[in-house]
Amino acid sequence: MPEIRPTDDATGSAGGEIVLQAEGLSKNFAGFSAVSGVDLAVRRGTIHALIGPNGAGKTTCFNLLTKFLTPTGGVIRYMGRDITRMKPADVARLGLVRSFQISAVFPNLTVKENVRIALQRRIRGSSLDFWRSESVLHALDQDALALVEDVGLSAYAEHLAVELSYGRKRALEIATTLALKPDMLLLDEPMAGMGHEDIDRTAALIKRVSRNRTILMVEHNLSVVASLSDRITVLARGQVLSEGDYATVSTNPRVIEAYIGAGHA
Amino acid sequence: MVDIASGSAAPARIPATGGASRDAAALHRAIFIGLAALLVVAPFALYPVFLMKVMCFALFAVAFNLLLGYGGLLSFGHAAYFGMASYAAAYAAKVWGFTPELAILLGTFVGGLLGLVFGALAIRRQGIYFSMITLALAQMAFFFCLQAPFTGGEDGIQGVPRGKLFGLIDLSDDRALYVFVAIVFLGALALVYRIIHSPFGQALKAIRDNEPRAISLGYRASQYKLAVFVLSASLAGLAGATKAFVFQLATLTDVHWSMSGEVVLMTLVGGMGTIFGPLVGALVTVTMQNYLAQFGAWVTIIQGVVFVVCVLLFRQGVVGLIAKFIRKPL
Repeated sequence: MPEIRPTDDATGSAGGEIVLQAEGLSKNFAGFSAVSGVDLAVRRGTIHALIGPNGAGKTTCFNLLTKFLTPTGGVIRYMGRDITRMKPADVARLGLVRSFQISAVFPNLTVKENVRIALQRRIRGSSLDFWRSESVLHALDQDALALVEDVGLSAYAEHLAVELSYGRKRALEIATTLALKPDMLLLDEPMAGMGHEDIDRTAALIKRVSRNRTILMVEHNLSVVASLSDRITVLARGQVLSEGDYATVSTNPRVIEAYIGAGHA
Repeated sequence: MVDIASGSAAPARIPATGGASRDAAALHRAIFIGLAALLVVAPFALYPVFLMKVMCFALFAVAFNLLLGYGGLLSFGHAAYFGMASYAAAYAAKVWGFTPELAILLGTFVGGLLGLVFGALAIRRQGIYFSMITLALAQMAFFFCLQAPFTGGEDGIQGVPRGKLFGLIDLSDDRALYVFVAIVFLGALALVYRIIHSPFGQALKAIRDNEPRAISLGYRASQYKLAVFVLSASLAGLAGATKAFVFQLATLTDVHWSMSGEVVLMTLVGGMGTIFGPLVGALVTVTMQNYLAQFGAWVTIIQGVVFVVCVLLFRQGVVGLIAKFIRKPL
C-alpha cells in the first residue's frame, strides 16, 4: 500500500489523510443511548487513543467501528469507503483489524497454528474446500514462525496457546494480527490486566508495529496513553468531550472534571 | 456439560511437543492399519451383523463428533439425518428397485439436504439455543415420518432387499455385505480424518475455540459452520442408509430423539474431539445393548450409570484419557 502523506511532518502528530472516520455515530440499547453523535477522524500514521471514565461508551464505540455492533445512526468510512453496513469479517478483509480486551487466542491450537490461521486466507484452499490436504499449510510455516519469533515466542511455537502466560498470549495475539498485514489496527485495552513489565514490553511492541500503520486504541492506563498516542479523544456519557494531544486534553477543565477530577474528588 | 451447553465445546487438551504433528500422523496411520486388520479378522470371531451394526453406529458417531468435537456445535437432532436417510435408502431399494450403492448415495444426499435446511436455521443461534432448534426440527422430522404414508408408520419399511452391488455382487450374503460396509466405514473415516486436517478443518477449530476472533481475522464463520453441519448430516445419512441394508429395515426408532441422545452418549463416552473416540464409544454402547439384552429395560439404566460414571471420572472420554496419558492427539 503506497503511502500518501500530503501533510507529512516530522513529529507525525498531525498525520496524513483521514483513514477512519465516524460521523454522528450513535447506538441505543433498548432506549438507553450508549453512544450519541460521536464524530471521530483517525489520520494515517498516527496512534489515536480513545479514553474516558467507566461507562463513557468507549467499548461500544469501538465495537461499532469494528462492526461487531451495528450503529443506530451515523456513518463510518474507511479509506473513503462507507463501511457502515458491512459485516465484521469483510471489514477485516479490507485491512481494518481489531484486537480484544480479553486475550483472543485459539487455546487448543499451537502458537504456530494460531498465527497460521491468519496467514491461511492468503492461499487458495483457505475457503471451504475441506478435501485439501494440510500439506498446503506447511508452506506457510516459515512465515508463521518468523512472526512468532518477532514477538519473542519462538521457544513456544509448538505449545498449545492455552499453556501460555497472560502476557505471552497478548504477544501471540499481536503476532496473529500482524500476520494479516493490516493497514489499521484497533486495539481494545491492550494493557488490560498486565503487570508493569508486560506493559513496558507491550508498549514498545505497539510503538514498533505502529510504523507505517494507523492505530486506534481504547486504553485505561493514562501513562501509556500519554507516552504512545499522537492524538486523544475523550468520551463521556457517550459523547466527545475533548480532542487533541495529551497536553491539550489533560488541561481541559471539562475533562479534568469528568475524568481525572473524578479520581481526585 | 456446562461447557457443551454454552457452545464452547472444550475437547481433550493435548499438550504438544516439538515435531508432535508428524509423530501423531504416523501414529494415526498405524491405528488405521491396525483397525483395517482388525476388521479383516473380526468376522471369524464375532457375528458379522453385530460388527456391521457397530460400524454403522461408529460412522454415525464419527459424523456427530465432526460437528461437536471440531465445530463446537452440539446438535440434539442428529437422528433426523440418520433416520430420514435410512427411510430414503430403504424406500428407493424396495419400491424403486435401486441398487444398494445408488440407494445409499440417495440416503446420503437426503441427509445432507436436510442438514442444509435445518443447519441454516440452527446456526443463527448459539449454545443451548442452537441445540434446542436442532431438537425441535428433528421432532418435526419424526412426526413427519410417523404420518407420511411411505414410511409405513409404526411398522416401518421392512424386508428391504439387499440387492446386488453395481448390479453384480450379491449382498444377501452376510460376508459380501460385511466387506462392503467395512469399505464404506473405512473410507468415510479417512474422509473425516482428511476434513479435520484440511485448511478448512484448521479454520473450523479456530472458530470453535474463539468465534469473534476468527471473524476479526476475516473468516466468515457462519459459512464454515453451515458447511460442517452439512458434512456431518451427510455422513450421518450415509450411516443410516447403510444400516437400512444391514438390517433390511427402516423404522421410527432411527428418527426418534432417543437415537439423537444415543449418539451424544457414544461420542462423550469415547471422547469428543478425538478421532478414534467415537469408534470406541459406539463399540461400548452397541456391545452393551447386544450382550445385556437379557436385562430388558435395565439396559437403559446400566447405560445411564456408565454415562454418569464416565462424565464424572474422565470427562475427556476413554480415548481422550488415553491421549492425555500418552501426550499425543488420538
